[in-house]
Amino acid sequence: MDDNLKNIKKLNISKTLLLDCKQTVKDFPLAYETYGELNKSKDNAILVFHALTGDQFVAEINPLTKKEGWWVTAVGPDKAIDTNKYFVICANVIGGCMGSWGPKEIDKKTNESYGLNFPVITIRDMVRAQETLLDYLGIEKLLCVTGGSMGGMQSLQFCATFPNRTFSAIPIACSTSHSAQNIALNELARQAIMADPVWDKGKYLKKNVQPKNGLAVARMVGHISYLSEQGMQEKFGRKLQEKADFEFSFNADFQVESYLRHQGYSFVERFDANSILYITRAMDYFDLSKQFKGGLVEAFSGQKTKFLIISFSSDWLYTTKENKDTVIALNASGADVSFAEIKTDKGHDSFLVNEPEFLKTLKGFIDSMHIKFKNEKRI
Amino acid sequence: MKKEFKVIADLLPKNVRVLDVGCGDGSLMDLLIEEKNIEARGLELVEENVKICIYKGLSVIEGDAETELHQFPSQSFDFVVLSQTLQAFYNPERVLKDLLRIGKSVIISIPNFGYWKVRTSLLFFGKMPVTKTLPNAWYNTPNLHMCTIKDLFHFCLEKNIKINKVIGVNEEKTSEIKKGNLEIKNLFSKLGIFLLG
Repeated sequence: MDDNLKNIKKLNISKTLLLDCKQTVKDFPLAYETYGELNKSKDNAILVFHALTGDQFVAEINPLTKKEGWWVTAVGPDKAIDTNKYFVICANVIGGCMGSWGPKEIDKKTNESYGLNFPVITIRDMVRAQETLLDYLGIEKLLCVTGGSMGGMQSLQFCATFPNRTFSAIPIACSTSHSAQNIALNELARQAIMADPVWDKGKYLKKNVQPKNGLAVARMVGHISYLSEQGMQEKFGRKLQEKADFEFSFNADFQVESYLRHQGYSFVERFDANSILYITRAMDYFDLSKQFKGGLVEAFSGQKTKFLIISFSSDWLYTTKENKDTVIALNASGADVSFAEIKTDKGHDSFLVNEPEFLKTLKGFIDSMHIKFKNEKRI
Repeated sequence: MKKEFKVIADLLPKNVRVLDVGCGDGSLMDLLIEEKNIEARGLELVEENVKICIYKGLSVIEGDAETELHQFPSQSFDFVVLSQTLQAFYNPERVLKDLLRIGKSVIISIPNFGYWKVRTSLLFFGKMPVTKTLPNAWYNTPNLHMCTIKDLFHFCLEKNIKINKVIGVNEEKTSEIKKGNLEIKNLFSKLGIFLLG
């Protein structure tokens, strides 16, 4: 897989970036992918932000995993985000492991992987790095920024930090800060990794291994939180995995166990354990009201961006209430905001699966924003 | 009722900020943007209507005016519009207070229960009226607090809510309602439109 990493698109960010942890960095890679064509008037660019375990390969086939891109349900020719019409950009976040600067990369000072020597990064650091990609691609103002979960957080952060660089934004299933429950679940994932003896204080790459057991458990925690109670019950119930009765063992008797094991252990093939530590930390640290000392209203004051916040009724990780709190803050600051709750039993994962009502709403908003953005540009 | 929207649009100056509470499919917002270059925002309970608004590029928040008006800051809109919904709230008095807090002015329209056809239905037939503006039967009507133009007029006086203008609508005809002609207009208007605050 690492040989293939050399062939992906990478921008070397040469300008100095001051990270939130006060360290400065320059000359680091940002891996990205684009779909569709940027039109002459440059009014059709959409920046997609990926979630915790996502990457830059939004659509088509991921060239590294050979599987479909993580948002093929929404992005592609004739899809909700139609790549015949729009120019879609997505970058691997810094801290990630698909070619962007992250704990797996080689530290030039030591000639070894950073491991825990990688600085603790934030959602704002991720977004600042991605803004330089827009300069490189020659896009002054995007039509839209969007993403679900951590991608939604990045969308909110992008608008707060760069209020003039996008015409519209669709933060999906996210919040302006992590709840205690969110942090607790992330901590569970981190503890699973750090409790694996192979992890070795983050130095496992020196031995060319991965703490697979810990990483798999971390992924299983995530998968439980992405489904709704009802969805999980309907999908698995108490069904047994290819057997007529209990084995009276600790093998995967139940289908739900088998599902989690499969999800957990297939994940370790494509992800770096330290990246999970760093990215979950960034999510936990994310707090827009803390950043803008006066609170959320300050974070969004003077916004010209047109927002659409979308939540899912059965999402218990980022609830409708939390999404509505973002709407209330945007409203209080006088921003132009729409809000829709999609009724579904598919839980937090709803934005990734084929959920027609969600996809129709996404398409309806983006298409109408494109018309408005073109009009604005003409004037 | 298209005439109603026309009357509301005529009451509004150009280039103001308007919150349309219970905006439905956004027809009124469309009209206000088109004719008055108004910055319009909507609040709507019905999911399907919310989506129609979003597809049209209108700004709309899915939510219940009965419980969610608190999210709008005080005096954040020039006008708040509430079209034929006041009577459907559990607590219309509290909603009206909130509308007057959010908007510098408030426009409210109500189906008039004092309209003569409504009165005769009850008087001569002994049945709850079913008309064009009151299309539901007693058992499935969303209208919990039906009132007449006279009721709302007196309510505003009692609560010290400033009445700027009241317009009675009957089909295509409109007329201004004042204290002097309140009795007769209350009998012959299907709809009352109040400009308050």
